[in-house]
Amino acid sequence: MASPAVEMVGVSKRFGDVVAVDSLDLTVEDGEFFSLLGPSGCGKTTTLRMIAGFEYPTEGNLRIHGVEMGLKPANERPVNTVFQSYALFPHMTVFDNVAFGLRMKKVAASEIETRVKRVLDQVQLSQRADARPNQLSGGMQQRVALARALVNEPEVLLLDEPLGALDLKLRQNMQYELKDLQARVGITFIYVTHDQEEALTMSDRIGVMNDGRLLQVGNAHDIYEKPESRFVADFIGDINLIEAEITGARSARLSNGVEVGIPEGHPASGSVTLALRPEQLVLGGVEVRKEGKDQLRARVTRRTYFGDVYYYDVDAGLGELLEVKEENRPDVDTFDVGADVTVSWRTESVNLVTG
Amino acid sequence: MSDVRVTPELEAAAERAEARRGFVLSLPPYIYLVLFFALPLVLVFVYSFASRSSTGQTVLQDWNLESYRRLFSPLVLEIFVRSFLLALVTTLVCLLVSYPFAYYIATRGPRVRSVLLVLVMIPFWSNFLVRTYAWRVILGSDGLVSQVSQALGGEPIRVLFTNSAVLIGLVYGFLPFMVLPLYAAIERLDWSLVEAARDLYANGWTAFRKVTLPLSMPGVVAGSILVFIPSLGAYVTPAILGGARTVLMGDYIVSQFLAARNWPFGSALSFAIMFVMLLATVVYFRAGAKSL
Repeated sequence: MASPAVEMVGVSKRFGDVVAVDSLDLTVEDGEFFSLLGPSGCGKTTTLRMIAGFEYPTEGNLRIHGVEMGLKPANERPVNTVFQSYALFPHMTVFDNVAFGLRMKKVAASEIETRVKRVLDQVQLSQRADARPNQLSGGMQQRVALARALVNEPEVLLLDEPLGALDLKLRQNMQYELKDLQARVGITFIYVTHDQEEALTMSDRIGVMNDGRLLQVGNAHDIYEKPESRFVADFIGDINLIEAEITGARSARLSNGVEVGIPEGHPASGSVTLALRPEQLVLGGVEVRKEGKDQLRARVTRRTYFGDVYYYDVDAGLGELLEVKEENRPDVDTFDVGADVTVSWRTESVNLVTG
Repeated sequence: MSDVRVTPELEAAAERAEARRGFVLSLPPYIYLVLFFALPLVLVFVYSFASRSSTGQTVLQDWNLESYRRLFSPLVLEIFVRSFLLALVTTLVCLLVSYPFAYYIATRGPRVRSVLLVLVMIPFWSNFLVRTYAWRVILGSDGLVSQVSQALGGEPIRVLFTNSAVLIGLVYGFLPFMVLPLYAAIERLDWSLVEAARDLYANGWTAFRKVTLPLSMPGVVAGSILVFIPSLGAYVTPAILGGARTVLMGDYIVSQFLAARNWPFGSALSFAIMFVMLLATVVYFRAGAKSL
């Protein structure tokens, strides 16, 4: 079996007393689009920089396709980076920027010509080969940065928040382009971002980091639907976290005294945290009683209109307000502020989180 | 409540007021520059066409180009070439010494950096003349250099009153003018560009050659101009450390004004040197612009 594209075992990075990355174990498979997601300062960029060879691990092992990287400098590693600020050489043309890596590797001039032209074609910049980076728009610069890395056909492509500097519309287009490109070239992508939407839409798998630790690794669905920790639940999307006391294998009591169903696989007693997405909650009139669902009486304290959806804050006597997301459709009832309602959810929707 | 509309007329009026304010504020420096810089320069220019009476007095009549004709005499050309070469070598030596030093400062942490920058500027706190005289002690026939040479079993060396002494003095005096612009240029460098070069398989030296050096060219150009120009017209250092056989442009101009009392010729010499400096500046800027 082929060895994984990147394998990190017990990798830590300390800057003086500061622990940037804390004994990280991570395996990225060949051809995967893997995202490292987390807030700024969580260690995701340091992790990427260690793979690139800009930083060296304080301890642990880092292998690329089975080869130990150790203290190998960046120029001897089979990886390339797309920098957050693009880091295009301002004193070189687009062509020279893209040709830089091939020239360093002493590839024949004729082959450089062909390969640079081909990759510029791929990113639709063949017309601008003689331009200087500062003559290009942000989106174009971004594509030059991508071309400059891809032309070398690296074993792993590292991307450090490459879409961060683009405006929203362009960013969304680039998300699809990047995903398509990755599928086409088949190169392993490791993508660092703090934008959960980017990570969810593009990645085969996501690793969520916080405080230098990798908290959860899984596909977009697992990360969103089955967060294992309070941090992951809270960081990805909106979520209601409800404290409860365990009363049985499948039941717990909320702080307002109502007993609700919970999934199995928790301690026999003590407190648990129930995690429910706003879109998993449903508002209804007080007279309705739904079978197979847990239900709380509540009062609407705020309604926010987003066009396609309404966000409600409702007070169910839990201390904290619950957030409910309802689609703006003719068949969905809307409620005014102050209205008495019921909040219900399917028992299967409940996720227990720790931490 | 009254509604204040920002009309184009209002905006234009505001702009005019702004421009007037700017003009008034910039008047004092303008007046200063005209009185103490432009006017004397015009005087020197006028004098360079004047003639001399039989007693050596400058006469502001019989305007002629005699002084400019004399510029092309072999003696003047020799002095000029010597000054030019010395200034060139001074600039090169300053550049070679300063670059690694400036690079070192620029890549330190903020605290070490400010300490090193202060160290660069400390020499300015004492008089230039005094510092140059100190070199006389070091370079003289029984000075430090000579003593070290003798201690190592060599001949006594007298560096003083040679071109080398002047070169050492000039490099010493103008080094900060090279270090500071270089430091500023290197400090401004976007280090992710160097990382990008390393990422694209360049080793440390190649990344320096292909990225760091070309991008710090503005500092190289600025520093070179700041060192070359005063070196070309230097007077104090050659006068103190140089010998009688190594007359340079600065000494020569001074001697025309004081000893020879030939003000028209001295003025012409001053203008010739200004012209060369201007030319050198243009060439440097062109070269700098091209390398970027």
